Amino acid sequence: MEFLKQVPTIRFMALRRYWYWLSALVVAGSLVLVLVRGLNLTVDFTGGQVFEIAFSSPVDLERARGALADAGFEDFQVRSYGSASDLEIRLPPAAEGARTDRNDSVLAALRTLDPAARLNRTESVGPQVSRELGEQAALAVLMTLLLVLIYIALRFRWRFGIGSLVASLHDPIVAVGAIALLGIPFDLNVVAALLTILGYSVNDTVVIFDRIRERFRSMRKATPAEVIDKAINETLARTIIVSGSALSSVIFLAVLGGETLRGFAVALAIGIVIGTYSSVYVAGAIALDLGATGRDFMPPDKRGDVDELP
Amino acid sequence: MQRYPFWKGALLSVMLLGAILLALPNWYGESPALQLSQRDRAAFDEPAAAAVAAALAEAKIPLEERFVDDDGRLWLRFGDGDRQLQARDLIQGGFEGRYAIAMTTASRAPDWLNALGIEPMSLGLDLRGGMLLVYEVDTEGAVAQLLQRMERDFRKVLRDARIPYQEVSVAGMVTSVRLRDATSTDAARKALLEFDPALTITADGATGVLQATLTETQAKERQDFAIQQNITALENRVNALGVSETVVQRQGQNRIAVQVPGVQDASEVVRLLGKIATLEFRLVDTAGSPEDAARSGHAPLGTKLYRMRDGSPVLLKRDVIASGEQLIDASFAPSQGEPSVSVKLDSRGGEEMLRTTRENLNRPMAIVFIEKEREQVERDGALVVVDRSKEEVISVANIKGVFANNFQITGLSAVEGTELAKLLRAGALAAPIVIVEQRVIGPALGKDNIEKGARALGIAGIFLFLFMVMYYKVFGLIADIVLLTNVIFIVAILGLFNAALTLPGIAGIVLTVGTAVDANILIYERIREELAVGASPWAAVNAGFDKAFSAIADSNVTMLMSGGVLFLFGSGPVRGFAVTLCIGIATSMFTALVGSRALIHLAYGRRRRIERLAI
Repeated sequence: MEFLKQVPTIRFMALRRYWYWLSALVVAGSLVLVLVRGLNLTVDFTGGQVFEIAFSSPVDLERARGALADAGFEDFQVRSYGSASDLEIRLPPAAEGARTDRNDSVLAALRTLDPAARLNRTESVGPQVSRELGEQAALAVLMTLLLVLIYIALRFRWRFGIGSLVASLHDPIVAVGAIALLGIPFDLNVVAALLTILGYSVNDTVVIFDRIRERFRSMRKATPAEVIDKAINETLARTIIVSGSALSSVIFLAVLGGETLRGFAVALAIGIVIGTYSSVYVAGAIALDLGATGRDFMPPDKRGDVDELP
Repeated sequence: MQRYPFWKGALLSVMLLGAILLALPNWYGESPALQLSQRDRAAFDEPAAAAVAAALAEAKIPLEERFVDDDGRLWLRFGDGDRQLQARDLIQGGFEGRYAIAMTTASRAPDWLNALGIEPMSLGLDLRGGMLLVYEVDTEGAVAQLLQRMERDFRKVLRDARIPYQEVSVAGMVTSVRLRDATSTDAARKALLEFDPALTITADGATGVLQATLTETQAKERQDFAIQQNITALENRVNALGVSETVVQRQGQNRIAVQVPGVQDASEVVRLLGKIATLEFRLVDTAGSPEDAARSGHAPLGTKLYRMRDGSPVLLKRDVIASGEQLIDASFAPSQGEPSVSVKLDSRGGEEMLRTTRENLNRPMAIVFIEKEREQVERDGALVVVDRSKEEVISVANIKGVFANNFQITGLSAVEGTELAKLLRAGALAAPIVIVEQRVIGPALGKDNIEKGARALGIAGIFLFLFMVMYYKVFGLIADIVLLTNVIFIVAILGLFNAALTLPGIAGIVLTVGTAVDANILIYERIREELAVGASPWAAVNAGFDKAFSAIADSNVTMLMSGGVLFLFGSGPVRGFAVTLCIGIATSMFTALVGSRALIHLAYGRRRRIERLAI
């Protein structure tokens, strides 16, 4: 079986103007979404306490809110989680440290509705810790970007370096936008997913660039656009199969892996789709428009030629 | 015909067999178990173990396995959780609290695997249920405490030495003394150094001002002391919970993380861990017989009956010489080649100690370790706070000389000394701690998580396997075998490094399986291309592997980079994801490049000529 009996001859680069506009639009939209709508930050980053309570039968949200209000709680959020008989309750951070004495009172208040209510999970994060977790997450993303940058700088000349760097910035931004749009709870696991997306996107780009490099050597007479098109077409079967198999794995994870992993798996799925698109369009196209030629692929210090730009 | 070097094949087979052996215990799984240890820390002997088994047999609780481990603890393994609970209740009731019981799980693997010391992967809290608590130690407060105590001690030392002073004050890290009469500066300096030789004092004879600065090292020591002290105290209490595989570890500058698996009641644990510990130094009463007192339950007048840690009774005098609040430091340090614990008290404790030792030379003195627990109890319809305490004698030693605030406890083994120093520190005035992070996963959710995670992994795997066989035929089958080997390698390596598997860890394996086909696909697509331009089968295979190598290496390096960063910055479950991702990338690269080539040779290498490859 083969998806593509012959190597296709799609002229990807000819259409790149349209895709630039689409990418720019999506990136701008993502940024606006994150700024306006905001991320559904979990207690990992906001501090406070979250409870997951399992009831024996579906429970009315209003009655649960009433029971908590009667017990003297304020500023809480209640929503159903996974199924109608599972509730998630969020309390704001306590003034000092992480309060653990609220476990019993929350459970006691909800047991007035259903004596069989059971505490499935609770997380309580103090304000100091949540601030640090946020800082660490941001630092981790920056570190990965920096490493990617160094790696690309060692591996490719600046035109392709900028191409893949823009691609690797593009992907997490769009993924975060999608997370904001879908209201996926943004926790530490999602940050892990974003970093994986970064790695995956660069991985995909590198495979295509590797082929472009090879084709520049063998197709001396072709224009750069033809060479890049040829390389993308030749790796298209591989790109489809790899992205497809990775995507199918994370979709199984999202559907079957349970509520705890859903946000993580959905974020990964979005990232895989975007990463595949960006390595075809964003990375290659930017390199082309920056005037990439075969010389850009020669390792920097061999053959004695000098970069004409810093 | 292509020859594949025999040694390569042999090496690969050995590696594969090793990995299968390491991964094997996970195949058998675990079941609920109880872990019994004798209160007096003696090892279980066969009669004692048999007695427990007989009691279970009598109550018709079927036991799947029992064995005594290297530490002399008795393990009892049951078919399900209900039987485990029944057995626990029975043993608690039937053996008069002789045994400490821990609820745990034990591997169902056959004895020969256990004997080899090969253990299954441990599961993270999110998969087995349990609780994570992060405490923050107020290290600033601990230093402030020390400075306050210095101020108090200085006043007392000067008063006792009859040196008049105008004021003693603390500013920053400096304790300053302003003497009334500048001529007594030297005397004051001498008295203070005599009290504490470790002080760094600058004295100005003209103005009569002395300044003792707490050096950075001393402040740091104090902070470390505060953290160590809380770690020891928490370890003690966590061990007393009777849950196995607990973890207490320092996290960063001033935090302590406590992991307790399989907790049913989180607030109970928080309460038990929040106990307050202290110490009491008391004289041993040598006149009365502790055995008689233990039998009758009445201690002679002026004495109180205590128990040593091994359970033997001891009578102590009622008067307390010094208590935990007066302990400044305790450390295990061999003096003159003999293991000993050196203890440092503040001036008040030192003074009392001096008087007591002077009058009681060569008599035994004891140290009592006390743990207080605050509890709210309903009494007559109202909630009242009750302090319950556990008291235990941790040391009895003869007074061999007259001493004050610095002394040594000798006559201990190295192990006993370390333990005693730890307990003494735990009983000193505690630096305050607050809980800054708490995560509890109920056991039902943990079970749910692992079942769902395993199912997602299984189905994703089967789907990929079928796809690969359909798409690449024989080569797809080879890729499938390689993928399976890859998972076996990941599981084996996780077990080998004793890394815990978390839910994001399972996700990491799923993702690895998804991307591990990448390497195979890169190679196979290359082979197809080579065949398409008319290369001979073997030339195509060799060219496929050679040309795909740089792309495979490149792409894996980038994934490894994000995995590495995640490992460095992530904590808990996220770190679990990073670990499986990194291991998975390494093993998938190895299996795709080496394993898959070996299998192709195995499938095609013996034929003299191959017309076409099933790819």
